Amino acid sequence: MREIESGIISQAVKKLAMDAACQLEPDILESLVAARDRETSNLAKSGLEVLLLNADIASRERIPVCQDTGVAVVFVWLGQEVHVAGDLSAAIQEGVRAGYDEGFLRKSVCDPLTRQNTGTNTPAVVHLEMVPGDHLRIVLLPKGCGSENMSGLAMLPPSAGSAGVVDYVVERVRAAGSNPCPPVVVGVGLGGTFEKAALLAKLALLRPLGEPHVRADVAMLEQDILARINATGQGVQGWGGNNTALAVHLEIFPTHIASLPVAVNIQCHAHRRKEIVL
Amino acid sequence: MLRGQTAFFENVQAVRVPFKQGVIATLRAGDLVSLTGEVYTGRDQTHRRLMALLDAGLPLPVDLAGQLLYYVGPSPARPGQVIGAAGPTTSYRMDAYTSRLLELGLTATLGKGARSREVRTAMVRHGAVYLAAVGGAGAYLSKCVRKCDLVAFADAGPEAMFRLEIENFPAVVINDLQGGDYYEQVALSELRIQNSEFRINEKETT
Repeated sequence: MREIESGIISQAVKKLAMDAACQLEPDILESLVAARDRETSNLAKSGLEVLLLNADIASRERIPVCQDTGVAVVFVWLGQEVHVAGDLSAAIQEGVRAGYDEGFLRKSVCDPLTRQNTGTNTPAVVHLEMVPGDHLRIVLLPKGCGSENMSGLAMLPPSAGSAGVVDYVVERVRAAGSNPCPPVVVGVGLGGTFEKAALLAKLALLRPLGEPHVRADVAMLEQDILARINATGQGVQGWGGNNTALAVHLEIFPTHIASLPVAVNIQCHAHRRKEIVL
Repeated sequence: MLRGQTAFFENVQAVRVPFKQGVIATLRAGDLVSLTGEVYTGRDQTHRRLMALLDAGLPLPVDLAGQLLYYVGPSPARPGQVIGAAGPTTSYRMDAYTSRLLELGLTATLGKGARSREVRTAMVRHGAVYLAAVGGAGAYLSKCVRKCDLVAFADAGPEAMFRLEIENFPAVVINDLQGGDYYEQVALSELRIQNSEFRINEKETT
């Protein structure tokens, strides 16, 4: 048994929140540079230049990449050989609270009915899973809701097949237009049940950008969807061109013989995420 | 870095805001503008409160006639900063309230994403335009803000109403007075390209 103090977890989550808001990961930056280099529209190319400069200013001056510093979505993989001394859930929430406060990040979490802001950006949305081993892995994804609002889920009939899946995902992204701040990253969850598909779609966003799925047929589906999305010509910010999406990541899970759930979780170009292993 | 650097953009027209009489009519969907002057801010909660004041027959904190309303909820400024990240929020969420503000004389809105048919019709009727800023460029756009003053609804935090002095703030005209819509134009031109390619393919195969 390995013991980890809950205070260490709070500190780690606080740092993840503060860093994630201001520093894009190298894979995201590389993807934006590649998009700029292949961009066909002059206006969209200028837009991509602004996004690259924006990332540079954000990182150097510790200004959030985007003012929507999101709902903090926290994935925790807890090794079963780890014992947390203290309250794990409370430690994560405290880390988010402190990170958003001390990092000068926007507090965007409110009651869904009264719309009263909680003032702390908590509660964070936490997904906890037990895994073998003696490590604690935490990924923090500050999820902006311009893109989150454009997500969707369909319980397709199995007869729809992969063509039906592709059509649904492409149509979701097309209908979203310029709202989610393209170029977007598209997370797709395929299979499982209603909630499993949604969670898979979000997990798909955690994969290094553009890394294909290990299964060849799934990777081909990802490429097919990406090509179809970029053929819509909506482009960066809806200003035209060939970069509506940077990547499509699809995660799959076996489903019921009667079912074909497909969930689409859209992420903006300010695809912020940070990870730590304790 | 220069404040409000717009060197990346070609064919930028420098325009003062609030727009002077006659300027709005010259703007066309797809025009790239660099805005300098004064704007007011508001997003979801701000609009709900403005509507509540109107419903109660009370005056608004500012006269919005002739003004530009920027849909933004900035992140908190660090000590020494004018404002935190300050990029546009998605505009469709304000559609439900916009026609009423246009009736009061609001002449321009600035955000990102397409507007409803109702708002587009109301804009043409009232002589107003809609512009889009670069979504997700909050740090960059914070450099285009020279001054930020609280106007109303302080307790709403990022959803308070602020008056901003902006300088060389880049934006694209989306909806003009002629009823032009830049997003639609982009979608239609892509459709035309695809159709013409389809026709070429058809010729080759027949």
